[in-house]
Amino acid sequence: MKYIDEFQDPALAGRLIEEIRAAVTRPWALMEVCGGQTHSIIRHGIDQLLPPEIELIHGPGCPVCVTPLEVIDKALEIASRPGVIFCSFGDMLRVPGTGRDLFQVRGQGGDVRVVYSPLDALRIAEQNPDRQVVFFGIGFETTAPPNAMTVHQARRLGIRNFSLLVSHVRVPPAIEAIMGSPDCRVQGFLAAGHVCSVMGTEEYPGLAARHRVPIVVTGFEPLDILEGVRRTVLQLERGEHRVENAYPRAVPAEGNPAARAMLDDVFEVTDRAWRGIGTIPDSGWRLSGRYREYDAEHRFSVEGIDTREPAECRSGEVLQGLLKPHECEAFGTTCTPRSPLGATMVSSEGACAAYYLYRRLDLPATKPGARAQRTGAQNTESYDTAPRGTEPRSTRPQTADPQKTASLEGSSVV
Amino acid sequence: MCLAVPGRVLEVEDRDGTRMATVDFGGVVKEVCLEYLPDLKPGEYAVVHVGFALQRLDEESARRTLELFETLGMLQEEFGDPWEAAAGEDGFERQVPDGTAGEVQR
Repeated sequence: MKYIDEFQDPALAGRLIEEIRAAVTRPWALMEVCGGQTHSIIRHGIDQLLPPEIELIHGPGCPVCVTPLEVIDKALEIASRPGVIFCSFGDMLRVPGTGRDLFQVRGQGGDVRVVYSPLDALRIAEQNPDRQVVFFGIGFETTAPPNAMTVHQARRLGIRNFSLLVSHVRVPPAIEAIMGSPDCRVQGFLAAGHVCSVMGTEEYPGLAARHRVPIVVTGFEPLDILEGVRRTVLQLERGEHRVENAYPRAVPAEGNPAARAMLDDVFEVTDRAWRGIGTIPDSGWRLSGRYREYDAEHRFSVEGIDTREPAECRSGEVLQGLLKPHECEAFGTTCTPRSPLGATMVSSEGACAAYYLYRRLDLPATKPGARAQRTGAQNTESYDTAPRGTEPRSTRPQTADPQKTASLEGSSVV
Repeated sequence: MCLAVPGRVLEVEDRDGTRMATVDFGGVVKEVCLEYLPDLKPGEYAVVHVGFALQRLDEESARRTLELFETLGMLQEEFGDPWEAAAGEDGFERQVPDGTAGEVQR
């Protein structure tokens, strides 16, 4: 079997695949929520090892990808201000805003610093009391607790020149939105393991029951993903729709109670816009009233920014599982990691980046049976076939004819 | 960024009222906050995300996951120099001042 020799335990992988094969009687479409899982799937060719009836749809689980352009533009604006030290995780540097990115802001004199942890940003604030230090707080339920603790620490230590630009998002409302879409083809979910390490599994039974959809908490290793697929398929074939935990070594049912308590203290649930998808009710966090003074949007005036989405980027459809990356006309041509149209090509966890990085030249445009209803472009001939790292350098950013300002938001299915 | 990485606790200490540890991620050593797993002890493994320990993990699972993330290039992504990477993506030599990415790492 192609690829299978790369598995840490090829024999076990083979057994899992055989069990899946034996169980499948008809097509099933499963969504892996997490971008880390997407990369593992594409890197190891898991989608190709599975029987053709099973289609894996890549979900919106990349925090960099779903951060709306408006928030990126606010970050760029704040980072450009004199007296500001703007701190971010490294994977935000190359995400295009309207016309530029954080890397370019730094080239133009902005004090942009990359930190490993939000606590590092707090330390920078402590060391620079005459400057305003802003941390870019994006991410899912895994990243929100560290940021919540940092704000809590800022207040405890009396550090007042620190603030958070918040764009945190929550997974369960996104699943709800995807399942509520009339275009939805997803029949089962592989839930993101590390999100559940924090939040546990109790948000999922209601979702599974309401939408009659199995949800299996799944890890990131190839064997984890195969086991997640096996359990989901077994449920689907039996007509079941339960929550199962296939990643118990890192996910207790209650998650991390201390982290959840801190989230409840520092943040409050709010509606949140997802890039390319649109606003999803209750899908995000913002700082609660008690911590309003640490909100960068409250501290800096960043309204009225002219945000322009690149019209040709279809990342919104990719993030909703409506389009595979290589089915986009821009993929590998006008959109590459060096010259990305959208965040799904920039981010290390983005689905477009995974397809580009692992050179899936052998991908069929459709899988028999499972994709009968797809009507999207299938221009596999546009796939860049150059060896990795040899594509010609193009001038960034290529976003955009400013006249073409049509946003994907509003055209979404949620 | 959303992926958490397993690491092994080397030392634990209380610093300014905050429980902290030094943690080894397959050779890269970082400071990690233990406020969400306060009873974690030296020698134990935990899933760590952006400097915070979030859940315990057994040694075998930790080792396998670290190997996987290294294969996927995710350790480099998490711990490498992002300025260099961003400059590399632009196809030119590193043109930013040295030090910023490293100064917060110990």
